[in-house]
Amino acid sequence: MTELNIQADTLIEAICTQLRQKDILKRSPKMIGIRTGGEWVAQKLHQKLELPDPLGVIDISFYRDDFSKIGLNPTIKPSDIPWGVDDQHIILVDDVLFTGRTIRAALNEIFDYGRPASVTLVTLLDRKGCRELPFQADIVGMTIECHKTIKVTGPDPLKVTLLEKQEETA
Amino acid sequence: MSSRLSSPNIQLNELGKLHHFLTLEGLKAHHLTEILDTTESFINPNTNEIKKVPLLRGKSIMNLFFEPSTRTRTTFEIAEKRLSADVSSLDIQTSATKKGESLLDTLWNLQAMQADMFVIRHAQSGAAQFFAQHVAPHVHVLNAGDGQHAHPTQAMLDMFTIRKHMGDIFDLKIAIVGDVQHSRVVRSQIQALSILEAREIRVVGPKTLMPENPEALGVHIYHNMEEGITGVDVIIMVRLQNERMTSALIPSEKEFFKLYGLTEARLALAKPNAIVMHPGPINRGVEIESAVADGPQSVILEQVTYGIAVRMAVMSIIMSNAAQLTQYQTEKSVQETAQEEQA
Repeated sequence: MTELNIQADTLIEAICTQLRQKDILKRSPKMIGIRTGGEWVAQKLHQKLELPDPLGVIDISFYRDDFSKIGLNPTIKPSDIPWGVDDQHIILVDDVLFTGRTIRAALNEIFDYGRPASVTLVTLLDRKGCRELPFQADIVGMTIECHKTIKVTGPDPLKVTLLEKQEETA
Repeated sequence: MSSRLSSPNIQLNELGKLHHFLTLEGLKAHHLTEILDTTESFINPNTNEIKKVPLLRGKSIMNLFFEPSTRTRTTFEIAEKRLSADVSSLDIQTSATKKGESLLDTLWNLQAMQADMFVIRHAQSGAAQFFAQHVAPHVHVLNAGDGQHAHPTQAMLDMFTIRKHMGDIFDLKIAIVGDVQHSRVVRSQIQALSILEAREIRVVGPKTLMPENPEALGVHIYHNMEEGITGVDVIIMVRLQNERMTSALIPSEKEFFKLYGLTEARLALAKPNAIVMHPGPINRGVEIESAVADGPQSVILEQVTYGIAVRMAVMSIIMSNAAQLTQYQTEKSVQETAQEEQA
């Protein structure tokens, strides 16, 4: 197993640049991070973009589709969206987009709070190729192949480590 | 009866996790802490709002109330609905048991209607345990109060309220005042406080309303109200259970209030930031003065709100444990099959 460290700050900067090129920032957007990794990324973005409204955080554990298979996440914390969701332009932030199931759960949870005007999906890393649901991010920090394993640690410093399995010799 | 009641391990599954929730007796601190922590996750920290979540969608929960109840029954129903379960509440006092159907026949019929969980309130001590012994392995039983035995979800919501206001229960002195003998709530509260290792548990009331050997519960007994509540962090008042008294155990309600009623003057003997709790329903002017019940130190109505979240936590933990047990059993049988094939 080899480890490769990726500069998280560079990825955050790249995301900010892409967001600034979009119209979304002109629409006084509100940001929601998905606990735990997405919250860390969202904190950085929220700070850099100087968004006036406080950051929302959701814990999608209650919305997972595998509750009847694996039970409850023991470290679950309450979601907190400190403003009304109705008619708002929302930037939804996660650390890693993989099967798409987390995003499904997150959207369900957001819609239980109200009807947003729009949702823009931002992910620090996109593990492409293993999607199980039809979700694509609007803004991606970095794309990697889905068979590679990544670890995101944080919140300070926010670090991304790419773990690559050595080619197995037959 | 007593031997059956004192074997509570039927409520734990083979992984040592809650399968039913019948009593706090025999549970460990980690079981209680898990409930308190999970409760926290259902409550918005800023608004105290409890949102609906889709966790128990498709699960069927039946509330069987053989004894009247307003608060407990309603909060259980709200909790079940906030978890998105399918909820049926049966008022058994007016149903088939009146027509002579035995308890077991009632149970099996309801089970045949595909119930995943029963919530039971019954006037007979041990009723929930009895149900738990006879349900199918995949069905769960929650005790919503049985006779004078236990009312574990009430005790847990009290623990949650205490922790929310006063911090770690480990550091606290708690006085429980009133009809200790007839109260299943007090029994469960004392068990919970002992398991969570409260610094001091006091029980205050007249001799006639104390159980036969209260010292066995590991509590300090006070027959004088002023002494009993001096310097405590938490005062829990409990109602006179007139319906469970078989003889006149107190001279009169007026006399009881004079000796044990919580007044503003008495409350001043407790710590300045002490909280006043009451599981309800409250008898104003019997065990508590209105000025105290509605006063700034009273958390009585918060207890009711937290009751919803605590019940959501218990139900989701039980269903979560069931999921993990199934997973464990599947993995075990796969391993066993593999081992057999190797052999």
